[in-house]
Amino acid sequence: MRHLLSTKDLAREEAIVILDVAEDMAEVAGREVPRLPALRGKTVVNLFYEDSTRTRISFEAAAKRLSADVINFSAKGSSVSKGESLKDTAQTLAAMGADAVVVRHPASGAPDVLARGGWIDAGIVNAGDGTHEHPTQALLDAFTIRRRLHGAAARGHGLDGCRVTIVGDILHSRVARSNVWLLTALGARVSLVAPATLMPVALDRWPVELGYDLDAAIAAGPDVIMMLRIQAERMHDAFFPNAREYSRQWGLDDERMAALPERSMIMHPGPMNRGLEISAGAADSPRSTIREQVANGVSVRMAVLYLLLSGAMEGKA
Amino acid sequence: MTKRILIRGAALADGTTTDILVADGLVAELGAGLSDAGASVVDAAGLIALPGLVDLHTHLREPGYEHSETVLTGSRAAAIGGFTAVHAMANTSPVADTAGVVEQVQALGDAAGYVTVRPVGAVTIGLGGTQLAEIGAMAQSRARVRVFSDDGKCVSDALLMRRALEYVKTFDGVVAQHAQEPRLTDGAQMNEGALSSELGLTGWPAVAEEAIIARDVLLAEHVGARLHVCHVSTAGSVDVVRWAKARGIPVTAEVTPHHLLLTEDLALTWDARFKVNPPLRSRDDVDALRAGLADGTIDVIATDHAPHPVEEKESAWSDASFGMVGLESALSVVQASLIDTGVLGWVDIARLLSSAPAAIGRVAGYDRGIAVGAAAEFTLVDPSASREFSTEELRGRSVNSPYLGMTLPGRVMMTVHSGYPTVVDGEVVATEFVAAAAAESRGFTRG
Repeated sequence: MRHLLSTKDLAREEAIVILDVAEDMAEVAGREVPRLPALRGKTVVNLFYEDSTRTRISFEAAAKRLSADVINFSAKGSSVSKGESLKDTAQTLAAMGADAVVVRHPASGAPDVLARGGWIDAGIVNAGDGTHEHPTQALLDAFTIRRRLHGAAARGHGLDGCRVTIVGDILHSRVARSNVWLLTALGARVSLVAPATLMPVALDRWPVELGYDLDAAIAAGPDVIMMLRIQAERMHDAFFPNAREYSRQWGLDDERMAALPERSMIMHPGPMNRGLEISAGAADSPRSTIREQVANGVSVRMAVLYLLLSGAMEGKA
Repeated sequence: MTKRILIRGAALADGTTTDILVADGLVAELGAGLSDAGASVVDAAGLIALPGLVDLHTHLREPGYEHSETVLTGSRAAAIGGFTAVHAMANTSPVADTAGVVEQVQALGDAAGYVTVRPVGAVTIGLGGTQLAEIGAMAQSRARVRVFSDDGKCVSDALLMRRALEYVKTFDGVVAQHAQEPRLTDGAQMNEGALSSELGLTGWPAVAEEAIIARDVLLAEHVGARLHVCHVSTAGSVDVVRWAKARGIPVTAEVTPHHLLLTEDLALTWDARFKVNPPLRSRDDVDALRAGLADGTIDVIATDHAPHPVEEKESAWSDASFGMVGLESALSVVQASLIDTGVLGWVDIARLLSSAPAAIGRVAGYDRGIAVGAAAEFTLVDPSASREFSTEELRGRSVNSPYLGMTLPGRVMMTVHSGYPTVVDGEVVATEFVAAAAAESRGFTRG
């Protein structure tokens, strides 16, 4: 694996390898000294053009547990926001000897441009680009679902037959896009629930079912319900009338949670708007995987960095 | 320099073979076996002679954006593309919204001498969309502006558009509308459809173009004014224009070469050379545009040549500028998409790229094509040539061509403007020679 830019072009077998390696990494996390020497001497740069403390520290923890050197480059408020181009920044990082660049960017496709520009030789990991993809989030979601379903015997499994419902602002969600491709590649059946304003156009080619009615989706008894963050400011662009109506129609409140089957997992990529798309009761219930998702994020990102930098999946993806 | 040029054995667009004798800026004689006395002779066997191409939609960037293009460099790009006249769009800095700016642009064009530069005047002051520019002053200036456009921006205010259509009619001009409903395209990055949904790029829906064209043809009908629609890009737009023409509304429409050949899936490369406004559309749209040319719904092909420096394209897609250079590649792309596919013949191309745009822009001397006594404005094309298009083929200042690395048919071997050559043996004639010939030609015309 040279880069991790999207889940769209990730085959089932490749995804399972990543998830299996993440299981190994999770075991390391349980040790007294949760550290491996695997990436000693390698330099990982976190290049963040958007604020995202959660994702950045998750990647930082992952790289450090593999003994890599970590450079955090917050492009916001730096030379970059003063007009330095992606190209110049890439060349700077190349000159510093970066082996991998973890990039978060507000523009869709920016990691692809870095990977294809020929300005830097490092492996590129997409840590969220615009409204395009967020592949490590989808991988950690898949990892979390697989662990809940199969426990310690998760290795080698896909998510065959698992029914996942993703609810909310699909249009603006890179998490939703990455999950649609990855979860379906792993054999899950994905449905999307949102008001039509927040559904991307022309989804007939996506391997998903579409619906507007959250109560109907809950009545169908999904194995997983994944709530997406909704930005209240979207109402100013007429995506929905106001937060109250959104919450009433598409929020996971206590009543709707009670209507879910006992086995249903409740997921959220964070950060949450408690009381808007998810109630405190739902977020804090034992069915919620939200804290596991955070812990699993480190294991999955360790796996990705390891596979990228150790050459273990050379020639793939 | 009353230099005579004898073109030996060229094929005209209709397939007949002829010699062409150029003298004193005019086509002096046509026919076989013309005398070469005192003339420099060009062997045109296997070449097609087309009337000089007229671009209704060019961005020359001067004044203000000389790092992208100048009137001179853009004129050289035009000449190597077979053009002898271009309309320079108004979105310069300062905007071409006064007589002073349009006269300056025209003077720069005259001095360069490669093509006739016809400045386009802005419809509204500063392209701001709120107050009419001094259209009368521009029309009556030395530049005699006849095409008015806020291109790059849509005249979206319905009342202002109505008034512009009426007021421009007063001066025998035409409003060339950049049809783009601004609210429907806020932040738009590519054609709205399945692919924009997948890539997470904000969509530019077809309806944003079609709704403005529908409104404007009805306004044009209501006030009895001419309307020209820039760079039509969707199947629905072709339908609306077809309906308007059937109704007798005086509307003309243009399409760009890139919308006739390229499709939206090039966005999958994330290469911003393929980012253009209006965006590349679907295969169905491309087919509808070709059909619109074939049935006469679309009147002209215009390049929308839009130069940008490298740094404005070497970035993430949504941070990059819209636009592609197109003068140098236009005829090859037209050949690839229309001739080699059997959609149209060279006679049609001569109309779409020469007489029709000249008529819309009120450019004199193009109504008869290559004819005895007409101004010597023509280009010789080798249709059997095939070349891998590269930056080597470009003669403007910018290299943001979407065709780099593609193999394209056809090649311009010679261009003659005002009776003197601007391209010889497939290469642009040196700047000082052309400038001198142009000066002499102006003196000759005056004398």
